[in-house]
Amino acid sequence: MDDRPTAVIAEPAVGRRAPAPLASGARRSRSQALLPFVAAAVLLAAWQILAQVFSLPIYIAPTPIQVARTLITELPMLLRNFVPTAVESFVGFVIGNAIAIAVAVLFVHSRRLEAALYPIAVFVNTIPILAKAPILVLIFGLGLTSKVVIAAFICFFPTLANMVRGLTSVNPQSLELMRVLSASKSEIFWKLRVPSSLPFLFSALKIASTTSVLGAIVGEWIGADLGLGALIIEATHNFRSPLLYATVFVSSAWAVVFFAVVSFAERRIVTWKQGEVS
Amino acid sequence: MTSLDAPLAVELEGATVRFSSERGSVTALDNVALRVPPGGFISLLGPSGCGKSTLLRLVADLVPATHGSVSVLGGPPERARLNRELGFVFQDATLLPWRSALENVRLPLEVGPKKRARPGLRTPEELLRLVGLAGREDALPHELSGGMRQRVAIARALVSEPRILLMDEPFGALDEITRDTLNEELLRIWRETGTTILFVTHSIPEAVFLSERVLVLATNPGRVRELVACELPYPRPLSVRETPEFIRIASHLRALLQTC
Repeated sequence: MDDRPTAVIAEPAVGRRAPAPLASGARRSRSQALLPFVAAAVLLAAWQILAQVFSLPIYIAPTPIQVARTLITELPMLLRNFVPTAVESFVGFVIGNAIAIAVAVLFVHSRRLEAALYPIAVFVNTIPILAKAPILVLIFGLGLTSKVVIAAFICFFPTLANMVRGLTSVNPQSLELMRVLSASKSEIFWKLRVPSSLPFLFSALKIASTTSVLGAIVGEWIGADLGLGALIIEATHNFRSPLLYATVFVSSAWAVVFFAVVSFAERRIVTWKQGEVS
Repeated sequence: MTSLDAPLAVELEGATVRFSSERGSVTALDNVALRVPPGGFISLLGPSGCGKSTLLRLVADLVPATHGSVSVLGGPPERARLNRELGFVFQDATLLPWRSALENVRLPLEVGPKKRARPGLRTPEELLRLVGLAGREDALPHELSGGMRQRVAIARALVSEPRILLMDEPFGALDEITRDTLNEELLRIWRETGTTILFVTHSIPEAVFLSERVLVLATNPGRVRELVACELPYPRPLSVRETPEFIRIASHLRALLQTC
């Protein structure tokens, strides 16, 4: 008799857990997708309340409401500065990744070229972007070009490293299969290596989608009249904190949208399960 | 066509394969002789490292012979490979994970110098039906079970209607029930297509159930121990495994393997 209560308590707990994902799986995943928004709302509310309770000066920490108001009133100016940053990061993303993919293909075709150039690529990659940026501005001037080059540079290395790995990490038995089928080198490349590399490529592109925005902004810090980076510097120097926060919000929003677009493309293109190559 | 004029499907004469690396050389196959008639079903049985897989790869032109001669359909293995006379089924299905079942079966028709399908060949759709996968044409490999994946691999190997099918432990990773089913189906496919089959396995019952003859290989170095005939009439139902003749052959093979 003494044992029974524990048995009664233990059983429904197990029983309740097991069928739940079956019954309300869709509803649960939707409510789980909402969780970060709820958490963000709670944090913003706490920030608003704390700033008011301690009556912090606006130039040290503006409240979310002040930032939101600035976001609306200064929208034309923010958009005017958003356009060059978006263009620079997007063009830099395209150029940097395209060159990285081309170099990775060259490396895979010529091991000697890889042995000669890969260490140099690693060395250049170790130079912090803040040190590379002024050099590139000196070379390419204060215009749009230098920002595109910096954004391209920042995308280049992760994509190169991932793409080389992707193109070479082909299942050896698939290569034997291609040999039994007497496939040519270019058939092996297009039908085996390129598809195998896509999951690797997309994980690099997702990194590049956010770092290219970072590259464009760092480039604008060095010198620019227009752009979110220039606006960040200007707002900081003039203690226009709500504008600074609004600018940061716009640049983050752009990076998130960029990332989401790349992730969406990945889900549409890489439909197979990685790792299950058998 | 009598068996006297038709070239042998596979003929090895003193075939030796030696792999050399920095740490020395290993003799994977030593002085192996084997004659497989067209349409035959031969299993290769032996302990790990006896060179069963190497023998298949020798026939498939994936490794060269160090000494001796290898003739496939009366010519060098390379000619048979280029003429699409060879189908190979690996232990892992080795499907391309981004291609559907049907697209995987179609792969041999998209690569190589003889990629275009000859007229009169079975279509990839018909082959998927032959291996019992009608209706699953559009499934991706990760949506199929291990047994289904291996069926796709067999359909792919058959798509160019090869005269020789080389199978390297194709059912080794499958559970026993699936394995029994696929063994029966393989015999049906063999009789329907008339292709020659060289089948590597670790399983004595599988070897006896499937083959006309079993080549027992010994290890260190890989060499022929004995060629054992399985004189059981086809078609063979699964129950043939309970007959005295089957058990006699199986225990003979088991005794042989203990001395390999």
